[in-house]
Amino acid sequence: MGIMLAGCSSSEGSGSDGKVTLTLWTFVGQHAEFYQKMAKRWNQKHPNQKIELKAETYPYDNMHNKLMLSLYSKVGAPDIADIEVSRFPNYLRGKPQLVPLNDMVEPVRDRFIESRFDIYSKDGKYYGLPFHVGATVMYYNKDILDQAGDDPDQIETWDDYVRAGKKVKEKTGKPMTTVEITDVHNIWPTIIQQKSDFLDSNGRVTLDNRTNIRTLPFLRDMMDKHKIAIPAPGGSHHMEEYYGFMNQGGAASVQMPMWYMSRFTDYMPDLKGKMVIRPMPAWEKGGLRSAGMGGTGTVVTNQSEHTRLAKEFIRFSKLSKEGNIEIWKSLGFDPPRWDVWSDPELKASNEYTDYFGRGIFDQLLRLKDEIRSPHIDEPTPRLSNRVKSNVLYEALRRKNKSPEEALKDAAEEIRE
Amino acid sequence: MKNNVSFTRPIQFLLQKGKGVRKGNLLFSKKYAPYLMVSPFIIFFVLFFLYPIISTIHMSFLEIYPGERTFVGLGNYYKLLNPHFYTALYNSTIYTLWTLIILIPVPMVLAVLLNSKITPLRNVFRSALFIPALTSVIVAGVIFRLLFGESESSFANAVITQLGFSPQQWMMHHGTGMFLMVLLASWRWMGVNILYFLAGLQNIPQTLYESAEMDGAGTVTKFFRITLPLLKPVLVYVLTISIYAGFRMFEESYVFWQNHSPGNIGLTITGYLYRQGFENFDLGFGAAIGLVLLLIVLLLNLIQLKFFGVFRKGDE
Repeated sequence: MGIMLAGCSSSEGSGSDGKVTLTLWTFVGQHAEFYQKMAKRWNQKHPNQKIELKAETYPYDNMHNKLMLSLYSKVGAPDIADIEVSRFPNYLRGKPQLVPLNDMVEPVRDRFIESRFDIYSKDGKYYGLPFHVGATVMYYNKDILDQAGDDPDQIETWDDYVRAGKKVKEKTGKPMTTVEITDVHNIWPTIIQQKSDFLDSNGRVTLDNRTNIRTLPFLRDMMDKHKIAIPAPGGSHHMEEYYGFMNQGGAASVQMPMWYMSRFTDYMPDLKGKMVIRPMPAWEKGGLRSAGMGGTGTVVTNQSEHTRLAKEFIRFSKLSKEGNIEIWKSLGFDPPRWDVWSDPELKASNEYTDYFGRGIFDQLLRLKDEIRSPHIDEPTPRLSNRVKSNVLYEALRRKNKSPEEALKDAAEEIRE
Repeated sequence: MKNNVSFTRPIQFLLQKGKGVRKGNLLFSKKYAPYLMVSPFIIFFVLFFLYPIISTIHMSFLEIYPGERTFVGLGNYYKLLNPHFYTALYNSTIYTLWTLIILIPVPMVLAVLLNSKITPLRNVFRSALFIPALTSVIVAGVIFRLLFGESESSFANAVITQLGFSPQQWMMHHGTGMFLMVLLASWRWMGVNILYFLAGLQNIPQTLYESAEMDGAGTVTKFFRITLPLLKPVLVYVLTISIYAGFRMFEESYVFWQNHSPGNIGLTITGYLYRQGFENFDLGFGAAIGLVLLLIVLLLNLIQLKFFGVFRKGDE
């Protein structure tokens, strides 16, 4: 007996070479690579405080469950972790087992799209640092618009958009756009740009408010009445069916956040040089033309033995100018710190500028003050689940309920 | 070599020792040795079954947040009275029924065919039919998803267009969605059930068939009068695990929709448990759903076993 127990022991804390080991969990391989790059730079800058970053990538569900369970059971959590926004509220319930980051956020807040901090906060405390703005934009297929004689710069309002869409339909027979049935990238930004939301700032359900009840039928009308939209093939803009459809020039435009650029470069190579990025159409002239969607908050857990160092490292990675420039270079995200958007490094050629041209951030700078983010609160995971699996399907696809009924049923259920 | 020595030495040591001093040695004590022998199972059972079950029952009465636990009585069970849970229950029941209808008679007939000496290439078929069980359902699911893609050029749509039907959006409708899940399950479990039935068939003495033949019984009569009654123990076993497997199904739905099927067409009880317990992280509610699932399966199987007379004494 006892012979088997030799072997695995993990060395925590300081290694023999004076480096402090920090563990990090993420659910995206590219994020891990980004952090490794930043760790290398950190070590160059702080020779007396070197870190050894152990970044581990797990599948999405797996990582979130594992992290949650280790926070519940108060053992086994990493120092740093990435949490996706739609799961984030779960980690803020009860007593958050995360370290507040206010002392780092507050000094630089005004140089960021501020709403991106709010989605990871509770009771005035910030717990997560954003990766991107996720500014929703309209990606237009210039080839198709040219055939129809439309100019994307002339499309300012949704009325203009519908008019242009009808020309596209008439001249090319193709739909102007696609509407997601199993995801929220059409409905959510279009209501947020009208200052509405699924929840209000106090976390009360506003899913069935007047604005939303007016907006969902607009999506339905684009499909049924104006005949300029179809349901996204496969249900959402992240399906194989959709990529294939769009890549073959299936639709003239798609409304998605900036981070969707990498889906174009990876899955729709044939559209290279044909796509242009423009603001979303506004509801009236001068109205808001974007909304910040999606996101990943980087947190420090309360189980970290090196809280100060972990915080300093994520400040360096995600709040510094340097880190924000690297976010664009490595990940192709629109970095949340807007004072780097005009930096020449963001115009340097990379796979995204090759694909979309160099003016990407010129478009974004125009939108800087128009980017609201959703209110994220405790009911958000349930609410977004409900919208994804029922509301849109019932109102737009199966059409067994009117948009109003579908929204009301869902809202009432969450309120209970 | 070295390994061998070190492994056998303690045993030799014990044996030698045992000869000399039997008293006081645990391994040779009539009183304690049995406990020692079963202790691995007991420890395993207590740690990984009994404790979790008791803990689940306890949790189902709590609302659990990080750093906070509040007793809510039957609150979690009241929460079950909602249309999503009913949908999940309905989907799981229909799915279970379909798998029972397909995955019991078909493998049984196939097993009889594969057991028959006149079937050519039967060993090839035996292994071929078993291979799906060895495949990861996630990998298989990806392939199925592509086969049944929405585009007109996907495999399934190409086939049915050839047959004169219009292309389907397989994963968007209730009927076709259920079809996909049942199809994947049938493909996956067919071989396993064949294996059970084959094992049962090989226990039936050949002499019974020979004497039946002498009495002039045909193939069909032999199947219904000899094969089927003697397969009953296997049949009951397969039925029991199939009911259990049907109600606990998760993967077949997950691979198609990642637990977010439109209109909940693929929502199962376990899918609902996962959604509440992990996606919404309401662990107390998840525990309650799990216990209700346990009760359903237990009840159905008790009824079924009673019906087949398994509890009658002296039957075997």
